[in-house]
Amino acid sequence: MFDFLDLDRYDLFGAFWTTVQLTVLSGIGSLIWGTILAAMRVSPVPIMRAFGTVYVHVFRNTPLTLIIVACSQLLAYTLGMTMWADFGTQSLSFRLAVLGFVLYTSTFVCEALRSGINTVPVGQAEAARALGLSFTQVLTLIVLPQAFRAVVAPLANVLIALTKNTTVAAAIGVAEAALLMRDMIEQEAQLVPIAILFAFGFIVLTLPTGLFLGWVAKRAAVKR
Amino acid sequence: MSDLSVLYDAPGPRARRRNVLIAVVFLVVLAAGAGWVLSVLEDNGELDWDQWEPFFTNGNVWTTFILPGLQNTLIAAGLSMLIALPLGAALGIGRLSDHAWVRIPAGTVVEFFRAIPVLLLMLFANEAYAMWTDIDRDVRPLYAVVTGLVLYNASVLAEVVRAGVLALPRGQTDAAKAIGMRKGQIMLFVLLPQAVTAMLPAIVSQLVVIVKDTALGGAMLGYSELLDSVGLIDGNFANLLAAFTVIAVIFIVLNFLLTSFASWLEGRIRRGKRGTGAVLSTTVTDELDAAGDVPGPGGLAKT
Repeated sequence: MFDFLDLDRYDLFGAFWTTVQLTVLSGIGSLIWGTILAAMRVSPVPIMRAFGTVYVHVFRNTPLTLIIVACSQLLAYTLGMTMWADFGTQSLSFRLAVLGFVLYTSTFVCEALRSGINTVPVGQAEAARALGLSFTQVLTLIVLPQAFRAVVAPLANVLIALTKNTTVAAAIGVAEAALLMRDMIEQEAQLVPIAILFAFGFIVLTLPTGLFLGWVAKRAAVKR
Repeated sequence: MSDLSVLYDAPGPRARRRNVLIAVVFLVVLAAGAGWVLSVLEDNGELDWDQWEPFFTNGNVWTTFILPGLQNTLIAAGLSMLIALPLGAALGIGRLSDHAWVRIPAGTVVEFFRAIPVLLLMLFANEAYAMWTDIDRDVRPLYAVVTGLVLYNASVLAEVVRAGVLALPRGQTDAAKAIGMRKGQIMLFVLLPQAVTAMLPAIVSQLVVIVKDTALGGAMLGYSELLDSVGLIDGNFANLLAAFTVIAVIFIVLNFLLTSFASWLEGRIRRGKRGTGAVLSTTVTDELDAAGDVPGPGGLAKT
């Protein structure tokens, strides 16, 4: 049944490895940029709050596909911003895809964090202020650590969504799982086994992540 | 004052000065970034008026490219929602069934399709239609896009329906049992009608996800939707930046309206005196997980 699986011809593990790399790198980037955005959105400086709000609304409401395609066609091929990679190489599309994923996914990280900040009881911040801590101290020492512990589960959902979203990188030719699947179903006659194989691959990637992070979320959550 | 948060003290004179300083520095950095971007765009001639002019003076751009694209996007999104809703309701109710032989298959289907990227579903559907049906080549992308979106979103909506039913107070079921209703009747006449109200905001938010996902069909299957029209406009007027900007703005405005409508609905249902006040939040973490929303006493971050 699986005789179509010519591993010399189709780099199955390489494709899924690219998917994993895309997920991990974009995940780290989104976490950092999303945290900064969340901090901006609760900061005392109105202009930063405005920037954060506008950014989140704009990028969250744009289709990810549009962002990724624009990164490739507009940023790289029209404006020549190649992110220190050469034209037409895999590493160029890979980097552009990561950039696009970070721009998009960080908005969801930001919103998740903001709802996490909401779960921290008001008294925590009031007590911190009563001690004379500044906004930065309140946020980084008191509120964010507790907020992060509350949002492990939502962030896990964002990460799983990101794993699935990395398939969009196929639109700009990154050699990841979805692109390989398209090649294979076009060239081999066995549609269903191939589809099951790739579906299985994604289940293998997302299911353990979900279970593991669910376990982490239970342990990390602040008992109130 | 609505402008204050519990995260920081009401600014005194020094803090106010510092905040102004930070704001100025931030603005300068932002302006420098924007200026650099603009200068790069200027050098590439992307800001020339003739690049943007077709959108304002040439009605053909709208009637030949943008509006048909928008129409196709809305057709695909609307069809997907219409088909996915009843399917999702059936799956969601199936998951709540007392019979294991209904509950387990429904649960498996839901979890399976939720774990798979919607793009894989679209690619599969496209190839399946090509191999096993004689659907015309012209409409095959639409079929594939809708099939992929339906499979995925029905399973997401199943979770929404399940969460909506579970969010209702237990007393509803108990009271219905007490007056002698049967299981099917309770679901059909008591729980589901109330759950629909609770679910409405989440359903509208899911529509945003669907609208965004239709763009995949344009990029990967050649479905001539809104994103696809960027290429067509650029092919005719060689104005890539302008085309991308206009299309992105249309997407953003459309989705922003839907999101705002969803939050408005949520607030209205929450405040409403009729009904149980149970409502599913619209907080979507993209491919929404209805259970992933963080409940909490609340108050720190302003919304």
